[in-house]
Amino acid sequence: MSHIEILRAGALTTCQDTGRPGWGHLAVPPSGAADRPSWRLANQLAGNPTGACALETTLNGATVRAHRNVTVVVGGAPCPVTVDGRPEAWGQPVKLRAGSVLDAGPAEVGVRSYLAFSGGLHPKPSLGSHSTCLLSGLGPAPLKDGDTIPLGPSPAHPPLPTQWPAPWAGISAEIVMKLHLGPRLEWFRPEAVAELARGLWIVSEHSNRIGLRLEGPALRRVDAERELPSEGIVAGALQVPPSGQPILFGADHPTTGGYPVIGVVGPESLAAAAQARPGTGIRFAPIPMPYWSKRG
Amino acid sequence: MTTGRTTAHRLRPLPAGPRSILIDCGTPAAARSCYRSLQARRMSGLLEAADLVPGATTVLVDGIDEPELLAAELPGWPLIEEAEAAGETVEIPVCYDGPDLEAVAKMWGVAPDDVADIHSNVEYEAAFCGFTPGFAYLEGLPERFHVPRKETPRTTVPAGSVAVAGPYTGVYPRSSPGGWQLIATMTNPGRLWNEHREPAALLVPGTRVRFAAVRV
Repeated sequence: MSHIEILRAGALTTCQDTGRPGWGHLAVPPSGAADRPSWRLANQLAGNPTGACALETTLNGATVRAHRNVTVVVGGAPCPVTVDGRPEAWGQPVKLRAGSVLDAGPAEVGVRSYLAFSGGLHPKPSLGSHSTCLLSGLGPAPLKDGDTIPLGPSPAHPPLPTQWPAPWAGISAEIVMKLHLGPRLEWFRPEAVAELARGLWIVSEHSNRIGLRLEGPALRRVDAERELPSEGIVAGALQVPPSGQPILFGADHPTTGGYPVIGVVGPESLAAAAQARPGTGIRFAPIPMPYWSKRG
Repeated sequence: MTTGRTTAHRLRPLPAGPRSILIDCGTPAAARSCYRSLQARRMSGLLEAADLVPGATTVLVDGIDEPELLAAELPGWPLIEEAEAAGETVEIPVCYDGPDLEAVAKMWGVAPDDVADIHSNVEYEAAFCGFTPGFAYLEGLPERFHVPRKETPRTTVPAGSVAVAGPYTGVYPRSSPGGWQLIATMTNPGRLWNEHREPAALLVPGTRVRFAAVRV
């Protein structure tokens, strides 16, 4: 079994798996890996079953010592990888001997790199998940230098003898997201849809796993004083507080909120949002409300 | 409280992304009925959803494959009426010693000693959860006892604090910032959230709640 040891936790390194979907009615955020496709692929290349827990780093990577022989894949945001100071491949299975030190350096583009270890990580679970939730405090605390995390048994089938790197969609200076309008579009002035289609928002540095704060044209309500009774929120919701500057909710989003949601980006945009650095431009391609929402 | 007659409800489906519907039920009572109906349909296999998240006057149906089918069905739904919905009743022993007790008494126009009687003589229902795991928004306080939030929220509210704000009362499961008026303290706040219990939250939507005053 044995474990890994965190030598350098970096800006923010957390344990992440599929999270805790299905507990929103108890005010439990879903959590889980913020960039699901990258996390999933890193696990696959490490020979892990779907859903294994991996490390998620933020901007400047992490350094880890293995306390048993283990295969590791560094995926997600591309970064320099070294083992005991020697360069190693990003996006491919790398064998670590017991005692070896793996360093995943600063992200060259994007925000979050994933370190998937064969056998997966097994910190103490909470509601069936090993994921850290920044909003609720459920799951293991964000990692500190010196922390150790148990490794699961090595997978029965060894990692794929692959030579191909994990694909990386890349992050451009601007990301365009499909935005499904609703549920509370009618709370906004009629010109809001045109504003959404035309405007450019910049990811603020006050962004995290809970959500991206966006700075740009203010989205104005019909009645700024009207209060919205708290209602359920989904990941990808674009919520508009009284300032008119929207928040795009991510994996650790609150389960209910009292500001209107003008639209929701699809799951395909959540990974891009998770890799959007402060300063990245966000544009929206609004999708009209479906026919069934217009009756009555 | 509404009478719960089916004809009184008008459920309005709103899109909330490609795999979710937010049902606007219009009133808190209709939202509670709608939530119960959705739960019953889910239990009997008529509805497949990843989560049902009640709000003040809404229910979010999250993780559904074909939102348009549910949206089409909604207007014809019979809702489960209030009288049929005898949820479990949980008693919470509390000490009425909160730092805002006197301020609340003043707003209610009663003596501080009367706050305990008034607050503990109401049967509440957990309408929905939010804010932090295990925090339930409890409805039932008559309108004349609704008070505003504090103008400046506290940076730290101790676990177990019993608070009122707007139409709700609630108990903080863990220490957190908070803007509600604190009137009492739960003697054993560890009951509110226990990850090793099923369900982890003591107060799930639909739970009936009574506060019992204890003296220290």
